[in-house]
Amino acid sequence: MTAIDFSTTIGHAWFPAPTFTASGCASSGRELAQFFPLREMGGVVTKSVMSRMRPGRPTPRMAETPSGMLNSIGLQGPGIDAFLAQDISYLVEQKARVIVSIAGETVEEYSTLARKLRSVSGISAVEVNISCPNVENRGLVFACDPDASRRVIDGVRRTLGGELPIIAKLSPDVTDLVSIARGVVDAGADGLALINTVLGMVINVNTMRPHLGGKTGGLSGPAIRPIAVRAVYQVHAALPKIPILGMGGIANGKDAFEMILAGASGVSIGTASFGNPTAIMSIQSELKQLLIDRGFKSLKDAVGYAHREEGVTRE
Amino acid sequence: MSPINKNAKQVLAPVASNKRVGIYHQIIVNIGDLAQKCKPGNFVAIQVGGDNSALVLRRAFAISRVSTSSATGGTMELIVAPHGQGSTWLCNRVEGDLIDIVVPLGTAFGVPTEPVPVLLVGGGYGSAPLFGLAEVLNARGSRVDMILGASTSSNIYAPMEGKRAVNTMRIYTEDGSAGQTGRVTDHLYEQIRDLNIAVVYSCGPMSMLSAITTITKALDVVHQCSVEESMACGIGICMTCVLPVEGEDGSISMLRSCIDGPVMDGSLVSWNQVGKTL
Repeated sequence: MTAIDFSTTIGHAWFPAPTFTASGCASSGRELAQFFPLREMGGVVTKSVMSRMRPGRPTPRMAETPSGMLNSIGLQGPGIDAFLAQDISYLVEQKARVIVSIAGETVEEYSTLARKLRSVSGISAVEVNISCPNVENRGLVFACDPDASRRVIDGVRRTLGGELPIIAKLSPDVTDLVSIARGVVDAGADGLALINTVLGMVINVNTMRPHLGGKTGGLSGPAIRPIAVRAVYQVHAALPKIPILGMGGIANGKDAFEMILAGASGVSIGTASFGNPTAIMSIQSELKQLLIDRGFKSLKDAVGYAHREEGVTRE
Repeated sequence: MSPINKNAKQVLAPVASNKRVGIYHQIIVNIGDLAQKCKPGNFVAIQVGGDNSALVLRRAFAISRVSTSSATGGTMELIVAPHGQGSTWLCNRVEGDLIDIVVPLGTAFGVPTEPVPVLLVGGGYGSAPLFGLAEVLNARGSRVDMILGASTSSNIYAPMEGKRAVNTMRIYTEDGSAGQTGRVTDHLYEQIRDLNIAVVYSCGPMSMLSAITTITKALDVVHQCSVEESMACGIGICMTCVLPVEGEDGSISMLRSCIDGPVMDGSLVSWNQVGKTL
């Protein structure tokens, strides 16, 4: 195999491969570790953790849809203290690179969570999830409000003081994604995670009521991939220097390559792992081969390549 | 090696046979040495729909029995009803077709250390994994009695060869088309008491498992049930298949039926909170 620089960087965090789990799609990491060594992918993005234990939403929490699924988990988790005590050390022992995802109900909760991460060793970056759709009050989806988004990121940046790169996870369910992205970058985000799930609903025709316990859920899987590619393309066009973790329905190496061409510096895999526990490993090797086949010397050369001017071809 | 599902492997496995048994399909899959790792109660997660399918999630099926001594190596048996797109696809596989499986997954039925009398209660094709369990319990010297129920006779799964390990088998149907008219729980209290049952094992719809728990709790008898909750992954990463379960400190938490189940202690499941916000 031809040598290729497959590494990527987000802020000052370096990863040997551009492949990550998507937040909320790898549980504690132990579950996937049975199927491949966690250190072999770019990094693990943890489940979004909150200050306190949270039971999450009632069942049913899942509905399969054409080429996708709705989930309505509602950020079930043990809370930051138990998470740091039980899960981080395991991931570090596995030599996995770790991006901790945090979620809060207030601007202050995000800052408190960030403060707890400052002293923890073995963390590469922090993902600030301001776009989980499965909360009771849509008004609390910070990423739908440019001002609230900025305030959350600003608070986290002040707390972290540049020690850890900040990745803001945004929602596609907004009218002007670019302005939200620009706002959080101005507030100090080093990178962006695009996209969170798309708000959806399934009505059960037998019960004639919404199928999910939480009524609405987040749509993921190949069904949303074109939305994700568009979001990454638009944001990369406006903010070409900001690294983007692209996600939304990536199921094979070609899908990942498409996201890189649109402007992503790395890709996250979520729903594909539900269908195939080793999806990340095959996506990683397929993407590497595609880059080599197309003559790229490094992943970085391919990032945003779909944006090149007319008439520009590879030498 | 992970501490979770430490025997599980993802393999492409050939279908050895696929036979119709009433409204169900009996599908035998060659799984080689993995058969030795499968215990009664474990399940398998299967990719369905083939390449380019719009079905993105794995399907979970209870393993009804395994054989470690067949001519082609180890096999597992699945009893599948072609209800939805995924199960219909699986029921259309023929001998030699390769299927992508992850096995064995989840918890297993606990087998008593002493040969105590046990009662196995199955609803619909939920009875399938109980026959494999019956063989194990019978071989250990337990007296095994069985009660099966369904809405109508065609939904009862009770293969002839499965009855060998069973002392008595009672059947209930809601429409009276086979056995007694009624439900498996109608005379369960008396049956547990009269047969001096030490452990009740069950598999079937949640409402049945809940009703059995009420009776086993009143009689202070152990109830090991295999729960049914829809899963997206089967390996513990999606957090969709959770149930409210009581912990050692008495607090209720949402546990995954794929990792902490499917076999759970019925007395610890908070049945009246299933589907509710904690």
